[in-house]
Amino acid sequence: MRSPELTAVSTPPVASRTGRTWRARAGVAVPHLILIAYVVVACGPIALIVMNAFKSRQAIFEEPFAFPTPSTLDLGGFETVFTRARFELYFLNSFIVTVSTVVLVLLLGSMAAFALAEYRFTGITLVSIYLAVGIMIPIRLGTVGILDLMVRLNLVNSLAGLVLVYTAMGLPLAVFVLTAFFKQVPGDLKDAARIDGASEYRVYSLALPLVRPGLAAIGVYTMLPIWNDLWFPLILTPGEGVRTVTLGTQLFLGQFVSDWNAVLAVLTLAALPMLALFIIFSRQFVRGLTSGAIK
Amino acid sequence: MTSAPPEGIGIDATAASEPAVAPAPAARPRRRFRTHVFVFIAPAAAIYTIFMVYPLLDSLRLSLYAPVDGVQTFVGLDNFVHLLSDDLLSDAFWNAVWNNLVFFAVHFFVQNPIGLLLAALLAAPTLKGRSTYRTLLFLPTTLSVVIVGFIWQLIISPVWGFVETPLLGQSSTALVTLALMSVWQYIGIPMILFYAVLISIPDELIEAATVDGAGAWSTFWRVKFPLILPTVGIVSVITYVANMNAFDLIYTVKGALAGPDFASDIMGTLFFRTFFGFQLQQGSSTMGATVATMMFLLILAGVLAYFFGWQRRIQSYQL
Repeated sequence: MRSPELTAVSTPPVASRTGRTWRARAGVAVPHLILIAYVVVACGPIALIVMNAFKSRQAIFEEPFAFPTPSTLDLGGFETVFTRARFELYFLNSFIVTVSTVVLVLLLGSMAAFALAEYRFTGITLVSIYLAVGIMIPIRLGTVGILDLMVRLNLVNSLAGLVLVYTAMGLPLAVFVLTAFFKQVPGDLKDAARIDGASEYRVYSLALPLVRPGLAAIGVYTMLPIWNDLWFPLILTPGEGVRTVTLGTQLFLGQFVSDWNAVLAVLTLAALPMLALFIIFSRQFVRGLTSGAIK
Repeated sequence: MTSAPPEGIGIDATAASEPAVAPAPAARPRRRFRTHVFVFIAPAAAIYTIFMVYPLLDSLRLSLYAPVDGVQTFVGLDNFVHLLSDDLLSDAFWNAVWNNLVFFAVHFFVQNPIGLLLAALLAAPTLKGRSTYRTLLFLPTTLSVVIVGFIWQLIISPVWGFVETPLLGQSSTALVTLALMSVWQYIGIPMILFYAVLISIPDELIEAATVDGAGAWSTFWRVKFPLILPTVGIVSVITYVANMNAFDLIYTVKGALAGPDFASDIMGTLFFRTFFGFQLQQGSSTMGATVATMMFLLILAGVLAYFFGWQRRIQSYQL
């Protein structure tokens, strides 16, 4: 963020050798010590689980902190997972639900946000408040009504039902945040397009790429709780064929609780996709949060 | 409900400032009925209304009904009277409310201060390796609660032997242990929110304080902290809402019965049991709706307290 020249200027040049007192060195080291300590707290447990998933039962208990070596390597846990449960299917279900929801939330959310940021019309404040209320009220409180509705629409045990509920859940924040982003899109660009005779839909599609950081942040923010949700799959899609990874993991763990190899393997399998995705997209996620939402 | 945008990003505020920026925005097309506005907003509004607003209102409505001879009949506030006066039910209800408040308090006093500390360290301009730290510290937040519950269940299991006492098996320690597991997972949220505001503080302000001879410590408390107070409020209310409807972790680790002996029972697990039934008690959608309505009122009370108590005060200080 800050250019190196600027930092160099703000530190007095003489202070380089004599000024490097014990205090200054501690000032550099202490933050790193605290951060590293907390990284161990945050990532240690994850590493412990992943490491031991590849070890034999004996090694898990005798040397839990050792990396798997050729002599302790044991993939039996993963075998149990795939032979005793249909995890490839659960992954596919979770994938379909998460991707469909994220696409719907980004598309419908950005359309509504564009309109709220771009036009003036009677009732705009009311519409904005109506949509924003959902940010603060957890959708779970409406579970009785949702289950009832799903039964009537014949959407119990269907992935479409989950997608619709999650889309409704994700839209309020998406609209709210993306409206702030669309307001920062320069008016010149849109007016130029209008003078050239572009329709309002065309103007929207031109403005959309300019709010990419907001879309990325909302995408990640929408995706995580959906992939990880237990409540709605448990209530709306408990059937074997439409089970999500999170529910599948929960049921599997309950069943194989004493088979440590299988438990560690399933935990590793269920955790890795989101960990990998987050590591890839974390920069966009943070940039989206820091550039638009709080200005 | 007044859900006004927190930091003055109100629609009206921006609209009012528009003419000052561009002198001729009046040239924009102002037609009679603009179909595109409807096309843009209607799909989002429809899905949100049908699958969120309507079921919520329907749940609130159902809390005023009870099955009489198999037919849902309007009974006024009977369900609430029953919930609060029946010996068994009211004990379970107040136990869940109290546990839920403890669960929230642990998050409030442990998660948010640690999140703030980590954010403050990360936001220091001279820190090396910032984005690596940021990603690693946020990792637990990306995990499913089911995974978190089991990771910690394994780690603190006396079978593995890192911890001798069965922390999850004793009623005195179960709830706080579960809360700390949840803190471990969600610490990334306050951290990233605080971090976002801290790095948006203009450098001039920090430099001015440094020139005046303020050290890092007093710069933080005298300059940065007052500026992030609005975020402290937002983080607190987010923590409150998220914890008052928590469920997944406790259900994963302790099941719907939230043992031992309901020591870790919170509103979410009570709602689940009331709605779907457990052991000998039959599930009831109307009593479930009643518990959900009570959760709604508790959450609403917290959110309103934030908007009218905390946010008003903050704004008047800023002026």
